[in-house]
Amino acid sequence: MFSFDLLLDAVVIGVLLGCFYGAVSLGLSVSFGLLDVPHVAHPAFLVLASYAVYFLNEHYAVDPLVAGLLITPVFFLLGLVAYRLYYETFEKRGSDAAVRGIAFFFGVAFIIEVLIILQFGVDQRSVTADYIGRAWRLGDIRIPYRLLVAFAVATALTVLLTLYLSRTFMGRAIRAVAQDQEALRLMGANPIKIKQWAFGIATAVLGIAGALLIIVAPVDPTLDRAYIGRTFCVVVMAGLGSMGGTLVAAIILGVAETIVLTMFGASWAPAISFAMLLGVLAVRPQGLFGRRS
Amino acid sequence: MSKKVSKPGSISRRRLLATAGAALAATPLGAKLVRAQQTPIRIGMSMPQTGGLAGGGKASLLGIEIWRDDVNAKGGLLGGRKIELVVYDDKSSASETPAIYSKLIDVDKVDLLFAPYATVPTAPIMPMVKQRGLLLMGNFSFQVNSKVGHDMWFNNAPWGPADSWATSFLDIGQRAGGKSMALLAADQEFAQNLAKTAREVAAKRNLPMVFDQAYPPNTVEFSSIIRALKAAKPDIVYIASYPPDSAGILRAVNEIGIGDNVKVFGGGMVGLQFGAVMENMGSLLNGVVNYNTWLPEKSMYFEGTKEFFDKYTKRAVEAKIDPLGYYLAPFGYASGQLIAQAINAVGSLEQKALAKYLRENTHKTIVGPIAFSPDGERKETAVLQAQFRGVVDKNMEQFRSSGKQVILFPENLKSGELIAPFEAARK
Repeated sequence: MFSFDLLLDAVVIGVLLGCFYGAVSLGLSVSFGLLDVPHVAHPAFLVLASYAVYFLNEHYAVDPLVAGLLITPVFFLLGLVAYRLYYETFEKRGSDAAVRGIAFFFGVAFIIEVLIILQFGVDQRSVTADYIGRAWRLGDIRIPYRLLVAFAVATALTVLLTLYLSRTFMGRAIRAVAQDQEALRLMGANPIKIKQWAFGIATAVLGIAGALLIIVAPVDPTLDRAYIGRTFCVVVMAGLGSMGGTLVAAIILGVAETIVLTMFGASWAPAISFAMLLGVLAVRPQGLFGRRS
Repeated sequence: MSKKVSKPGSISRRRLLATAGAALAATPLGAKLVRAQQTPIRIGMSMPQTGGLAGGGKASLLGIEIWRDDVNAKGGLLGGRKIELVVYDDKSSASETPAIYSKLIDVDKVDLLFAPYATVPTAPIMPMVKQRGLLLMGNFSFQVNSKVGHDMWFNNAPWGPADSWATSFLDIGQRAGGKSMALLAADQEFAQNLAKTAREVAAKRNLPMVFDQAYPPNTVEFSSIIRALKAAKPDIVYIASYPPDSAGILRAVNEIGIGDNVKVFGGGMVGLQFGAVMENMGSLLNGVVNYNTWLPEKSMYFEGTKEFFDKYTKRAVEAKIDPLGYYLAPFGYASGQLIAQAINAVGSLEQKALAKYLRENTHKTIVGPIAFSPDGERKETAVLQAQFRGVVDKNMEQFRSSGKQVILFPENLKSGELIAPFEAARK
């Protein structure tokens, strides 16, 4: 039976959920969308960040969002190391680097998963904060604060990344390396160092995104597998490398998923992301916000 | 020139060694040496060590390992054969178990098989063990034998008849005045089996089903589903969920609310039996009526139960697994007790004879007496329905004391009355 209230509720929750999807996909939009690195370990780094946030929250009572900010520099360094390793062992060795790179990043993902299990065990972990487990009443609609936090953080991250990539020298260099690496080399810049820096930025963003992940729901060491499909879907659907587009595509996905969950039956929800991706690629192969090459 | 001559009445060196060996074997020390040289009884299994079921899998395996160590410390079975476990990680995946069990049977050539923890990894190996005529000691799967009909399957779980789980929960709900029902179940084998029996019981009782939905694995956010469920205004809400989802559902219920008309909420939520999840959820658990298998109430202690938990608690800390271990670990130990009693009674590892013994007798275990019906499930259900009460946040130790989960069913173990409606019980 159709209910306008339920539809409205689904749209509101869908927008917020979409923002959360956007926040966890932004890093991939840089590493895969701009740098062409097949970073399938992206969700594993995300879960690693969640556990780091859990550790700080559990043992030092640090607010999850503050903990996310605190681990950002560490994740930036981790990103620098991960890219250098990937570059030295795969990227510089030839044309099939992308295919072999997938194997490399799958390996990294498994190692991260095992390390988390060894350190924290296999149980679910969650964090505590005032905004978790409570909701904001808006008429008949109740909106969980944790989703509002995801909305605010995702919006802020998107704006910051967009400004960084368009207004700063390094940001423009990252966009340049995405468009024409050779041209950048002719200008006297080292594209590898720029890509390494960009990968560091992409991984640093995961510090905050990991905090959101554990704020929105409890995490376990294998949660990364649930996010591989969703995050790649969002980035490809947005058009590779578009930060604003990533957020909009994620919102579209979130709203579609939630409406299907609420109105048509939850079993159809997993098919939505990939059905939408196929539909978008059929009509606009470059993605919703990508430029035609 | 010397010459070796065997004098009449003298004894050869070889004969002397043989006689000395036999004499040594006859002494207690010698008997131990002979036993040590006997081949162990090898029990093969897969167990989820990684993936979504790993929390339960590791606790269950620790229970079995404690049984192995206890038996081996007493000298083993069949006149001194030690127990050896051959265990592989099935990654909580149904696609892994057929290959693992083929290897256990054909390559490792184990003597006996234990099933992995949970329904999903167990279901695909059922046709194979039936085809090969092998005894399989089940480990907390639900209704995996209902269509296969293997007569050498024995489930260690206390489920009992298929519909008893839903029956006990709906009994509690209807006694509290419930006149309609909502059903939310994970789109996976175990939860769907629970949902199916709940639908059948509801239909028999003419209980209107006002909401019936399955949700897919990896659902991130349950707010919208709970909102839709609330809009249907059910009196009884039956949830069949897996651990990652149970926490998400309860959190959404706490934020969105479920409505004043709901009398009972819960039923089949997997995860709320595990220490870490209960500690994480804390006060959100209050009011939920959910199934369980063992709780620290006086009536649930049998011979060896306390000693088992003393050992478990110590080893669980070292192994970084569920510190409480109520749900699965004692039943893992009980699986071992069942098979040990059968081996001792039959005097061999002949699988058909073991199965006959298990089917025809009642067995003493640390989780109480166990008797099987022809389908390999318990003759009578021993599944508890208990309501969470007075739970506070971030405190694992509180769950070791009685009264935090008040037993509402079965009658002989009951430790309190239901508090309803659900919203009142949450306060």
